[in-house]
Amino acid sequence: MIEIQNVHKSFGHLEVLKGIDLTVEKGEVVTVIGGSGSGKSTLLTCINGLEPIDSGKILVDGVEVHAKSTNLNKLRQKIGIVFQQWNAFPHLTVLENVTLAPRKVLGMGKAEAEAIAEKQLKHVGLGDKLSTYPSRLSGGQQQRMAIARALAMSPDYMLFDEVTSALDPQLVGEVLETLKMLAEEGMTMICVTHEMAFARDVSNRVAYFHKGIMAEIGAPEQLFGDPQHPETKKFLASVR
Amino acid sequence: MFGYTFQWNQALARLPKMLDGAVVTMEVAVLSMLIGIAFAILLTLLRLSGSRPLRAIATGWVEIARNTPALFQIYMAHFGVASFGIHFSPFVSLLIGITFNNAGYLAENFRGALKAIPDTQTRAGRSLGMSQLQAFRYIILPQMLRISFLPMTNQMVWAVLMTSLGVTVGMNSDLYGVTQDLNALTFRTFELFAIAGVIFYIITKAITLSARLIAARLFRY
Repeated sequence: MIEIQNVHKSFGHLEVLKGIDLTVEKGEVVTVIGGSGSGKSTLLTCINGLEPIDSGKILVDGVEVHAKSTNLNKLRQKIGIVFQQWNAFPHLTVLENVTLAPRKVLGMGKAEAEAIAEKQLKHVGLGDKLSTYPSRLSGGQQQRMAIARALAMSPDYMLFDEVTSALDPQLVGEVLETLKMLAEEGMTMICVTHEMAFARDVSNRVAYFHKGIMAEIGAPEQLFGDPQHPETKKFLASVR
Repeated sequence: MFGYTFQWNQALARLPKMLDGAVVTMEVAVLSMLIGIAFAILLTLLRLSGSRPLRAIATGWVEIARNTPALFQIYMAHFGVASFGIHFSPFVSLLIGITFNNAGYLAENFRGALKAIPDTQTRAGRSLGMSQLQAFRYIILPQMLRISFLPMTNQMVWAVLMTSLGVTVGMNSDLYGVTQDLNALTFRTFELFAIAGVIFYIITKAITLSARLIAARLFRY
């Protein structure tokens, strides 16, 4: 379970998170929508401790992420994150990209790590690209590789930060399909996205962020069908 | 004018000795590069570190290495430290001097290479649970070395040529030192140094060409 309690976060004078409260249960898929600068991506990087927070608390399975005593390297092993920019490691083949962390972080043997990596890469449809270098892959394939790379650590939670925003339109579908598949398999996910149809299809709950505040959260039918907050209504009208 | 009579045979008879010297020259150059690269990586890490004194030490090293003559650096490694009662053999002094120079230049190359690698690479590594050092070692370092490969080749060539400065600290087993001694024995000055020049040229060309072959094999991405 991920518990976000009254989290505040500023970059300099700009307060990007103004008291966020959100609890995500095991097996739940929560999508976060909202305009640029609404703080939704920042929230994800706070959850795995890549960004510090100013006040409040984030608990992952009861462990406080930003406590001094928390071993973030350990904690991050159970929280996979995939970014808008997929950050393939260009000097490694697809297979090596995926085996690197299991081998160096989890101390797995080569054979074991490769078996897991192959399984995950097949899972995201890259079973025939194992010895290819990322520069030979399309953006969509690199993004799916990044997903496999995170999954190879067998995380309990997956965070997706606008993973389709940097892709050519015709490549968005293949990545969203991969996310859908994960959701159906029961992965606990928080997805920041601009893909409204996707949010409607896969989420248990959809949250609308506006200027650092979670203006509204609810089941997709409710949030898309009968939005309560005026800003949500405005936003949904503008993206339709 | 031009009363000099070329006597190539006398000089060429000494070729085996000069080739022995060339082997020593290569030893110094290769060792100074290997140790130099290790120190350059260390300097790069120090310059990235949060500690001001460590950064200052690294920056001082790089500044001195790049802005003083290599001859000065080798001199200091021999006669300079001798003033404090530390005595190194000419071989060791030459090795220290060139290594110091290599490390300084390479650290600056590495710094440039790091700028070409997006921060998000480290971030991706950290988000997979790697420590800062692991992310550097497995993600940043290989890319940094690849980007710096050509400058490293240049530095290797420069290291070979710098060995000739060893004669100033009494080095006489390397190519230049051997040639100098043979010249004192035979006075075939032009012939001997011309041959030495050709050997230097062949060595550095061989380095440049083999570096290209290695690069083609190593960097397939």
